[in-house]
Amino acid sequence: MTTKLFGEPVRRREDARLIVGKGRYLDDIGHSALAAAFVRSPHAHARITDIDVEGALDVEGLVAIYTYEDLHGAMAEPLPVLIPHPQLTAARTGHPLANGEVNHVGEAVVMVVATDRYIAEDAAERIVVSYEELPVVVGVDAAREAAHAVHDEIPDNVGARHHQETGDVEPALAASPHTLSFTQYIERSASMPMEGKGVHARWDADDRSLRVYSSTQASTSVRAAIAAKLELSLEKVEVVAPDVGGGFGVKIVHPWPEELLVPMAAIALGQEVKWSEDRREHFISSAHERQQRQDVTVGYDDDGRITALDVHVWHDHGAYTPYGIIVPIITATQLVGPYVIPVYRVIVESVYTNTVIVTPYRGAGRPQACYAMERTMDRIADALDLDRAVVRERNLIQPSQFPYDQHLTFQDGRPVIYDSGDYPGLLDKLRALVDWSSVEDLRAQAAARGKLLGIGMALYVEGTGPGPYEGGHVQVLGSGKVLVATGLTSQGQGHETSFAQIVASELGVPIEDVEVTTGDTRRFPYAVGTFASRAAVMSGNAIALAARGVREKALRIAADVLEVDPGDLEIDEGLVQVKGVPGTSIPLRTVAVLSNPLRYAFDEAAKQATQFTTHDDTRPPVAEGDAPGLEHRDYYSPIRSTFASGAHAAVVEIDTQTWEIDVVKYAVVHDCGNVVNPMIVEGQVHGGVAQGVAGALYERMAYDKDGQLQNASFMDFLMPYASEVPDIDIDHQQTPSPLNPLGIKGAGEAGVIPGTAAIASAIEDAVGRRIAAMPISPTELYDLMRNDDTELTEAHRRRSGTGAMA
Amino acid sequence: MTNVDIERTVTVTVNGVPREATVPVRRLLSDALRHDLGLTGTHVGCEHGVCGACTVLVDGDPVRSCLMLAVQVDGRSVTTVEGLARDDNRGGQVLHPVQEAFRECHALQCGFCTPGFLITIAAGLEKRDNTVELTEEEVDDMVGGNLCRCTGYANIKKAVHHAAATMRDAG
Ligand code: FES
Ligand code: FES
Repeated sequence: MTTKLFGEPVRRREDARLIVGKGRYLDDIGHSALAAAFVRSPHAHARITDIDVEGALDVEGLVAIYTYEDLHGAMAEPLPVLIPHPQLTAARTGHPLANGEVNHVGEAVVMVVATDRYIAEDAAERIVVSYEELPVVVGVDAAREAAHAVHDEIPDNVGARHHQETGDVEPALAASPHTLSFTQYIERSASMPMEGKGVHARWDADDRSLRVYSSTQASTSVRAAIAAKLELSLEKVEVVAPDVGGGFGVKIVHPWPEELLVPMAAIALGQEVKWSEDRREHFISSAHERQQRQDVTVGYDDDGRITALDVHVWHDHGAYTPYGIIVPIITATQLVGPYVIPVYRVIVESVYTNTVIVTPYRGAGRPQACYAMERTMDRIADALDLDRAVVRERNLIQPSQFPYDQHLTFQDGRPVIYDSGDYPGLLDKLRALVDWSSVEDLRAQAAARGKLLGIGMALYVEGTGPGPYEGGHVQVLGSGKVLVATGLTSQGQGHETSFAQIVASELGVPIEDVEVTTGDTRRFPYAVGTFASRAAVMSGNAIALAARGVREKALRIAADVLEVDPGDLEIDEGLVQVKGVPGTSIPLRTVAVLSNPLRYAFDEAAKQATQFTTHDDTRPPVAEGDAPGLEHRDYYSPIRSTFASGAHAAVVEIDTQTWEIDVVKYAVVHDCGNVVNPMIVEGQVHGGVAQGVAGALYERMAYDKDGQLQNASFMDFLMPYASEVPDIDIDHQQTPSPLNPLGIKGAGEAGVIPGTAAIASAIEDAVGRRIAAMPISPTELYDLMRNDDTELTEAHRRRSGTGAMA
Repeated sequence: MTNVDIERTVTVTVNGVPREATVPVRRLLSDALRHDLGLTGTHVGCEHGVCGACTVLVDGDPVRSCLMLAVQVDGRSVTTVEGLARDDNRGGQVLHPVQEAFRECHALQCGFCTPGFLITIAAGLEKRDNTVELTEEEVDDMVGGNLCRCTGYANIKKAVHHAAATMRDAG
């Protein structure tokens, strides 16, 4: 087939509208809609004693005010715990509007609806909420100490104690030739898409049906949640994800309070209602991720081979647990990375704090996991005076060991069995790409310029494409147009292009004829969502299967018409033809027409399928077991996740006057199996690395002890501009997944995972001081350098000739 | 009615077309463009002047439309992303070289930041002598004031070079 586009860097089809300003994002919809605005809690922990709306009532243009008292039935219940887990023993969720108590700054207390957003905010400003402040818990350590409780009934602040082990760790540690222990911290950042969340709802009072647009990563599930909460029949609710301006995890959570309240108001008022989140709202009422304290003890032999690993993590999950313990589970299970860990025990205590909820942000627990494992490797290398790459190499799972069972249970409830990979291959490529052995020369050159230079690396394995399933629908129209739909949404990853490439390749049609719709429940009502690097794996394979189904049917119908065996036919450029017999062919669009036996000819093409033009009267027009139309729907449901992998290295240069940390080289080797569109995958890597570097050096959610987010704006939260993102060298490796028809693994999150670990390692290498808290700013590095209590690395002692092993 | 709700009629040339809108005096230019004039290509990412998504040209210079009031552009001319492409006089459009370059170099993912980058870069490239080789510093300057969360900027920088080359070749 010549229509082979799988694997090609096809330019994106969605760009045509996006570069001319014709995208359709949430706030581009519904210009005449009423606008919602929210009164949000200014306190991190308080009881609401009174809500006085009096002052707002004479604001001209005010339409309605809602408080918890106005919520009825299921709406008055707590929001759902989306992913229950037996170890999540003390789950708590908020209400769509606060019910008597607020647990973080930014929690919604009152919703105001007015003729436009300005007026809605005017009214919101005039509403007086009285609070009785309660003690505030901020940060994992405070939660752990539990001097105060976030929720009265959970005095120890522990929502879940997640525990997995692959053997008896204590005797294994006792029997190890060496052990070492350390504690380290990692801070909060956030997805921070350029477009905030947003919801638009329209109620058709005559039809009694609701259409909701939401800037979401899970439209089918938002639909189910709205139907359940507003007590509507599912078929009366449609949810559409329009163009979505980035998600990175925060838009997978649902239903956000606003996703319920806006439709509720639209129904009550019989008018369109819209809410677009502003940036401050996004900071204080969406989701964050990443804060953990990690206590690690590792046993190892003289060669640096790990004999046992014992990890205790305290994970800050914020005020509520709507997304269950997915992030802790991912940290727990992805921590082992590409390594053979003979005995492993992990306990993650997921704790409440009076801060914004913590749910997946690109990487979702993996950057923390990688940080724990890779910094452990660095410590072993340091203690044994071994090359950090060599220690890693000695612990790697070998290509001959696949499938490799880590004997853990992943976030999808399925075993962590690595499907395929070549980790030594990754490491070799990385060493070559970053020129690992040249570091001492580089260090000397930098020193001559008065700079400190260091190098670090980090490897990871990423479980991608978890189930339970996704579906795809492919339909060929009589015009030749091929319609493709999947329920999974897009946040800018180029699904319209990748999925069209798959269909063009599978079906043998020009890509120009293919039209892809994602995240629209009208077109495909069954789906799970876009997260965990699963879109290409899940929907990609489902769509491929659907296209194969269409192909088979097309060949069957064409074989009948051409009176040949279906096996002798091929489809190329939209033409079904007999292989090797040019001229004996029928256009696919004609096959589509013939697939639907007609009584009425509504156009020229349709005439071919009407009852007096088709001649075989020995069979029913639609054969038994067949269906009219050239279309097929199929699903892909994997037995378990696929496991992508990669290795990053960073070279940093540090100015000893300003302690500014400059990433002068960043190298990436990644393996996500077969690739549908290498241009798109590379773009994902670039974006991921930028977020990885940001998480290592710039971004943090700076809460003060009262639970006030001190940097809730782009002025103070240091999201990187181009000047902060290093140039990236990329090398590729492809070990196809044996688990799915296309052999692909997910790629969306990979780039972000090793950034913190690799950069921490590089800084430590440069300055010879332990780096045990990330991110790190120039000020913090300066403080660390001038503090006499800062632990020196063994490598530093050796370098300066003062170490015990020097 | 509070002072801020006093309305004014603003006459402004938008993308070459004279337009009129009656807006409250406190209406941001970004909101007026998007909601009063229906030009939703201009995006709002922060409303505090940092992200650059809302960048438009006012009398040819890039400004952040979230930091300007609609009444301030009375009598002036505004170019938004919708006005970057030229009519080809045959019912179609000729994309600006920067638009072409963004597509060619995969310089956008979600596309939310894109209008701001396109406007800023187009203005930057048009202002310079395109026979002179574009330097890395110039590129950094042109892209350095806008935020993008998706691309990591590498391909945006590539697109600036690509567009500059196209403009140079076109003379
Ligand atoms: S929206 Fe204007 S600069 Fe961000
Ligand atoms: S392309 Fe998504 S923010 Fe830039």
